[in-house]
Amino acid sequence: MDLEIMKSYLPLYRDALLLTLKIGWQGVLLAFLTGLLCAVVLHLRVPLLRGIVQIYIELFRNTPLLVQLFFLYFALPKIGLRLSPGLCGSLGLGLIGGAYMTETIRSGLESIPVIQSESAASLGMNPLQAFRYVILPQAAASSVPGLIANVIFLLKETSVFSTISLMDLMFTAKDLIGMYARTTECLTLLVIFYLIMLLPVSFLGSLVERRMRYAEFGD
Amino acid sequence: MQSLGIDALFKGRNFLRLLEGLWVSVRISLIAVLISIVLGVVMGMLMTSKSRILKAVFRIYLEIVRIMPQMVLLFVVYFGTTRVFGWNLTSEAAAIIVFSFWGTAEMGDLVRGALISIPRIQYESARALGMKEGTLFRYVILPQTIRRMIPLSINLITRMIKTTSLVMMIGMVEVLKVGQQIIEANRKASPNAAFGVFGMVFFLYFLICWPISRLAAGLEKRWA
Amino acid sequence: MTIETALLKIEHLHKVFGDHVVLKDLSLTVHKGEVIVVIGPSGCGKSTLLRCINGLEDFQEGRILLDGEPVRKESRNISVMRQKIGMVFQSYDLFPHKTVLDNITLAPRKVQKRPKDETEKEAMELLERVGLKDRKDDYPRQLSGGQKQRVAIVRALCMHPEILLLDEITAALDPEMVREVLEVVISLAEAGRTMIIVTHEMAFARAVADRIIFLEHGGIVEESRDPKKFFEKPATERAQEFLKSFEYEKDR
Repeated sequence: MDLEIMKSYLPLYRDALLLTLKIGWQGVLLAFLTGLLCAVVLHLRVPLLRGIVQIYIELFRNTPLLVQLFFLYFALPKIGLRLSPGLCGSLGLGLIGGAYMTETIRSGLESIPVIQSESAASLGMNPLQAFRYVILPQAAASSVPGLIANVIFLLKETSVFSTISLMDLMFTAKDLIGMYARTTECLTLLVIFYLIMLLPVSFLGSLVERRMRYAEFGD
Repeated sequence: MQSLGIDALFKGRNFLRLLEGLWVSVRISLIAVLISIVLGVVMGMLMTSKSRILKAVFRIYLEIVRIMPQMVLLFVVYFGTTRVFGWNLTSEAAAIIVFSFWGTAEMGDLVRGALISIPRIQYESARALGMKEGTLFRYVILPQTIRRMIPLSINLITRMIKTTSLVMMIGMVEVLKVGQQIIEANRKASPNAAFGVFGMVFFLYFLICWPISRLAAGLEKRWA
Repeated sequence: MTIETALLKIEHLHKVFGDHVVLKDLSLTVHKGEVIVVIGPSGCGKSTLLRCINGLEDFQEGRILLDGEPVRKESRNISVMRQKIGMVFQSYDLFPHKTVLDNITLAPRKVQKRPKDETEKEAMELLERVGLKDRKDDYPRQLSGGQKQRVAIVRALCMHPEILLLDEITAALDPEMVREVLEVVISLAEAGRTMIIVTHEMAFARAVADRIIFLEHGGIVEESRDPKKFFEKPATERAQEFLKSFEYEKDR
């Protein structure tokens, strides 16, 4: 392995990491908002909307992100909808992530016993107040480990962005291998940069999970 | 409005070729899941051991699988190891290795979880009846863990099928690649084929994965 | 007692669940300051009755009036009505993500829009009365069952309800904690609070009740304004049998 060459590649990888993080972060945020909205729709059993949300979830959970991206990037322009690669990336990530986030948040909401809503109601809270002050804070706390697992999953999935010519980490590695054939060096850097991106999130995840498991509110 | 690729989709053997491409994905997933189940059971049993070194090794292994994108693993195995060790690997072999590597970790963790969730009293009462360790495992513990594992392994199949879409990146001709070829070949005759073809690929994936994940969810609910 | 002091009126209440009749043409008037104890075998509809009064369950026929105003699950002002009706449940239903003090002041502040310092002052006074002043910053999981139930009572009281419903509040407690909770209830009764209590603690029922209601199959079988007499010599055969089932345990 040639360390000098690896060093000369570093700026390229750094830029790629920043781009991956930027699009990944936008996608995660979009996914979270979509998930929260859809979970509330499912939880409150809003008629009509509930059916649409369920179809959305099934569609996006049961198809690969790569195929979804190809559809967004290559197929939609054919019916006059042209999106930039970056937008396709965040949108694709947001859509698939939204489907997973919905499930996580919904199961968080469902893990709160009915008696909690009832005792909130018996204190005169209306359904909105009960949701806001009693159900949501508890559900949020119990969904955190699942949400972090989703974030890791989504940031991992960004590796397919290279296929729609976004210059992310994967793209950079492939490109450099294609040009200079320094396979070992390029792949080593690729692994290292993914570790840099995901190890902290993963570490945070296990930390939160351990805290959640051994200490609930009040320690 | 032009045809949006419906014509290209059904020209000649095109649709059949798409299905063949899909079968490539499903075949890889099934082989990888079978390998993962076998290795995963062994690994899960080993993971309940008290050895510190073994525990540390498994933790690192699980963490790698947890945070490394499958695409990176595919590249490392297909391009990286062939370069470093100088051996030859077909892209299908590389794909099966990567998916089994991933699946074994997940199955191993599931098996471990299932094993430690069986109450100690089950072991104790079996021993009290004079069973040897092998008999105990075979007749008491294994049947209880299998029930918990079946829905989760079915779930793993759908996730693998979805992830097989990546193997086109190491040069395998699966459904998405076939789709691209069809679009290329009909560029003149049907310039909008991308819509119909990628739409169909999307739909085909859904058609395969949806029933399997419904089955897994149903079994999970019934056996919970 | 006169008609003017009638606080809660239940008229011909009828509730079915599928084809099972839970409450059968039940009528009951509760006067201000009265303590009503409802007893009866499990599944007789006691808890459902309380849940209907608090608008947590709907019913098919009849009506429930508090201060002449109807209480019903689906009615629009149910949240306003519930503020006048305090309820404490069997399971410890405190909000696990809030401290003791926040559990008590949450609804007065957010629902009744009362100022923070005023509600906290009142909460502290109430906590002192039930002997939990020093636990104000604890979270529910740090408390024993009996302590949680006392906090739940304070939480209901802090809303200034006109009537308090207690639904088997000691049923889930360890035996040695029952007394600390029931003594709080007895002191509330002495202070003239209107309550409807569902319980299996017969000695407590006898001590606290102004009126005993014996419920079976969703209807009132026997009603007595003399608890002592009811427990020693119930008028109906059904009540006799029911009370005997407790004696049998004693005789063992």
